[in-house]
Amino acid sequence: MDFFRFERDIPFTRWGKLSMTFSLIISILAIYSLVTKGLNLAVDFTGGTVMEISYQQPADLDKTRKVLASIGMPDAIVQNFGTSRDVIIRLPVKAEHTGGNLSETVMTALKKDDPSVEMRRVEFVGPQVGDELLENGLLAMLFVSMGIVAYLAFRFEWKFGVSCIIANLHDVLIILGCFSFFQWEFDLTVLAAVLAILGYSVNESVVISDRIRENFRKLRKADVTRVINNAITETMSRTVITHGSTQLVVISMLLFGGEALHNFALALTIGILFGIYSSIMIASPILLLLGAKREDLVKIERKPQEEAVP
Amino acid sequence: MNRYPLWKYIVIAVSILLGLLYTLPNFFGESPAVQISPLRADVRTDTALLQRLEQVLNQQNLPYNGTILEATGIKIRFADTDTQIKAKDILSSEVGSDYVVALNLLPNSPQWMRHIGALPMYLGLDLRGGVHFMLQVDMAGALTKSLDRFSADLRSTLREQRIPSAGIERDRSKIIIRFRDEQAREKAITELGKAFEDLAFQSEEVGGEARLTISIKPEALVRMQNTAVQRNITTLRNRVNELGVAEPIIQQAGADRVIVQLPGVQDTAKAKDILGRTATLEVRMVDEEGDIDAALRGSVPPGTELFTERGGGPLLVKKQILLTGDRITDAQPGFDQDHQPAVHLTLDNNGSRIFKQLTRNNVGKRMAILLVEKNLTEVVTAPVIREEIGGGRVQISGKMSSIEARDVALLLRAGALAAPMEIVEERTIGPSLGAENISKGFNSTLFGFLAVATFIMAYYSAIGVISVVALAINLLFLIGLLSILQATLTLPGMAGMALTVGMAIDANVLINERIRDEIRHGASPQAAIHAGYERAWDAIIDTNLTTLLAGLGLMIFGSGPIKGFAVVLCLGILTTLFSAVTVSRAMVNLLYGNRKLARVPIGTIKISKKSSNKH
Repeated sequence: MDFFRFERDIPFTRWGKLSMTFSLIISILAIYSLVTKGLNLAVDFTGGTVMEISYQQPADLDKTRKVLASIGMPDAIVQNFGTSRDVIIRLPVKAEHTGGNLSETVMTALKKDDPSVEMRRVEFVGPQVGDELLENGLLAMLFVSMGIVAYLAFRFEWKFGVSCIIANLHDVLIILGCFSFFQWEFDLTVLAAVLAILGYSVNESVVISDRIRENFRKLRKADVTRVINNAITETMSRTVITHGSTQLVVISMLLFGGEALHNFALALTIGILFGIYSSIMIASPILLLLGAKREDLVKIERKPQEEAVP
Repeated sequence: MNRYPLWKYIVIAVSILLGLLYTLPNFFGESPAVQISPLRADVRTDTALLQRLEQVLNQQNLPYNGTILEATGIKIRFADTDTQIKAKDILSSEVGSDYVVALNLLPNSPQWMRHIGALPMYLGLDLRGGVHFMLQVDMAGALTKSLDRFSADLRSTLREQRIPSAGIERDRSKIIIRFRDEQAREKAITELGKAFEDLAFQSEEVGGEARLTISIKPEALVRMQNTAVQRNITTLRNRVNELGVAEPIIQQAGADRVIVQLPGVQDTAKAKDILGRTATLEVRMVDEEGDIDAALRGSVPPGTELFTERGGGPLLVKKQILLTGDRITDAQPGFDQDHQPAVHLTLDNNGSRIFKQLTRNNVGKRMAILLVEKNLTEVVTAPVIREEIGGGRVQISGKMSSIEARDVALLLRAGALAAPMEIVEERTIGPSLGAENISKGFNSTLFGFLAVATFIMAYYSAIGVISVVALAINLLFLIGLLSILQATLTLPGMAGMALTVGMAIDANVLINERIRDEIRHGASPQAAIHAGYERAWDAIIDTNLTTLLAGLGLMIFGSGPIKGFAVVLCLGILTTLFSAVTVSRAMVNLLYGNRKLARVPIGTIKISKKSSNKH
């Protein structure tokens, strides 16, 4: 089998304007959604209590709501979770309840109503902890981004680092935008997925940059555009197969991982799809725009003169 | 040209064997067990105890599948959880209060495996069920508490040195002593300075009055905070021991936080109740001159508080605390001379001295012993002091049942917390959810692997099979490594494992595509294999290092579930570098390296005219 082999180089860079415009529009849409709707942050970040309970028979949500209202929690959010017998209850942070007693109070009341109810999971996060987790998440993102730029600048050249990180942050923005637009719940595992994508999509840019460097050595007469297009075309096969494989695993997680891994896998899916797109259609045009040259990579002994950038 | 030296094959073979050996224990499963461990250092678990326990189990007709006697305790295996729970109740009444009897799970792997440290991965709470708490120590509360104690100590020192003062009071984080004249203040500074090294003194004149403002030195403050956290950890450990939990984790997290993890605990309400209790004892004097009727109507005389005595009437108690529970070294339930349930307390040296002086100065007056629990204060007893009590042995007998006496003793023995604590994070996973999470994580990895394997084998034929075998070995290394390190496996960790499968194949895809490229460019089969591996290496190392960078970021800044994911991700990258490159190359070399190849078995390749002419 050999599916992704092309006779001629595909002129990816020629579509640069189109793809950049497209990305600009969806990035603005993503930012707009983030600003107006915000993220549906999970209890990990907002603080509060989440309880997962399970009944023997399909749950009567209204009855559960009434029980909660009767013990002074009319603002509880009660939803089905996974199956019709499983129920998830979300309770906002309340000053009078510390983590310990709130879930117990709820459980006692629910048990009185229906003794067959089983407690599956309780998560309580105090507001101060939630803020810290969010802050640490942002710090991690900053650390990883800077690390990647530094590494690529060291291995290739700063232009590669910059174009790559712009493409990557674009992916992250799209993931966040999707989570905001559809109001999917954003929890710690989704944050982990976002950061993993940040590291994973770099792979694409690295493989292409690696080819570009090689092509600069090999195709001495070719201009920069041709070198880039050839590098992308040559690595196309690997791109599709690798991401296809990763996506197979992620689909397996979506199918078998249950609710706990659902949003994690969802974030990875968006990240993988846009990762392919952005490293080809965004990173390369930016690289051209920044004025990458043969001298940047081939003659390492003579450091690139950054003033000479057109 | 595609040959490895012998030592490389040996290294690979040994690593695969080790990987197998350390991965194996994970597949034996676990069986329910009861663990009996001594509570104190002077109590031993020995063969005599083991024999006694075995006898009891035989008498009660409870079959067991073997016992393990270790220095840290005795473990007894059972066939099912029903027998386990029954046995736990019987055994705990047999061994008494000197031992912790806890439910546990023991790996079923053979003994020799355990001896070489081949243990199954340590499952996180989300996979085995249990409770995770993060508690925050209230440092401001600890400071207030110690300032109150300093005030009492300062007062008694001034009295001992006969230095007249016009009053001591606490003003937020400072203590202010007012003096009638400057001479007294000068004397106080010298004397108090000698006695209290942790305090800083500053003279002030306010409205013609000589004042001394006292604060705790910054370095002493830091030390006090550390000891407060350490003391709380010790206290929590004692309480958890009373709960009977096998393998609890209690550790400091950051400057003022403590993490408590209780695997397998099902009765979370009881766990929270015991952890959350902040019982302490206070000894104060009863204000017998105060007007109780007026106080009941709402006008409590200044400097006093209104309480109700257990089984008695209302009582006015002075606010000044003479002695706190910190001075208690032991508390045991028992009976007083009238055969009423009582709690016997032993005080430390300082406490004994204070108590002796207190009782000497107040013969004929009533003192109140208060139990402060979760900000609820109760007067346990308010006896009249008949004589001076020395020797540091105090007996509290109020109107309590013997069960209450036992509870109070336990609470006081388990220690008062040095500073108030609050639960700031809780994650409780029911045992059924834990088991479900294991199968979800396992299935995600398994079916993900199968899908990738099928695709890669179809696409790259024989070389594809080698890539898949390398991927399987990668997973073997990863699980083996996690088992050796006894890293905690969580559901996000299992997701990380699945993701490693999906990402690790990238290295082999890079290599295989390179080999195909070389063939297209007209290289001979052996040369193509050689160049494929060589040329792909740069890209492989770059891609994996950048992912490793992301993993490290997650590990450094991540907490809880994120960390579990990051650890697996980072280890997965390390095993990928070895297995995808070295191990797969070894297999290729072994199978194809020594013979003439007509073509590389890497699937059908389209060869375009253009690319073959390129060179």
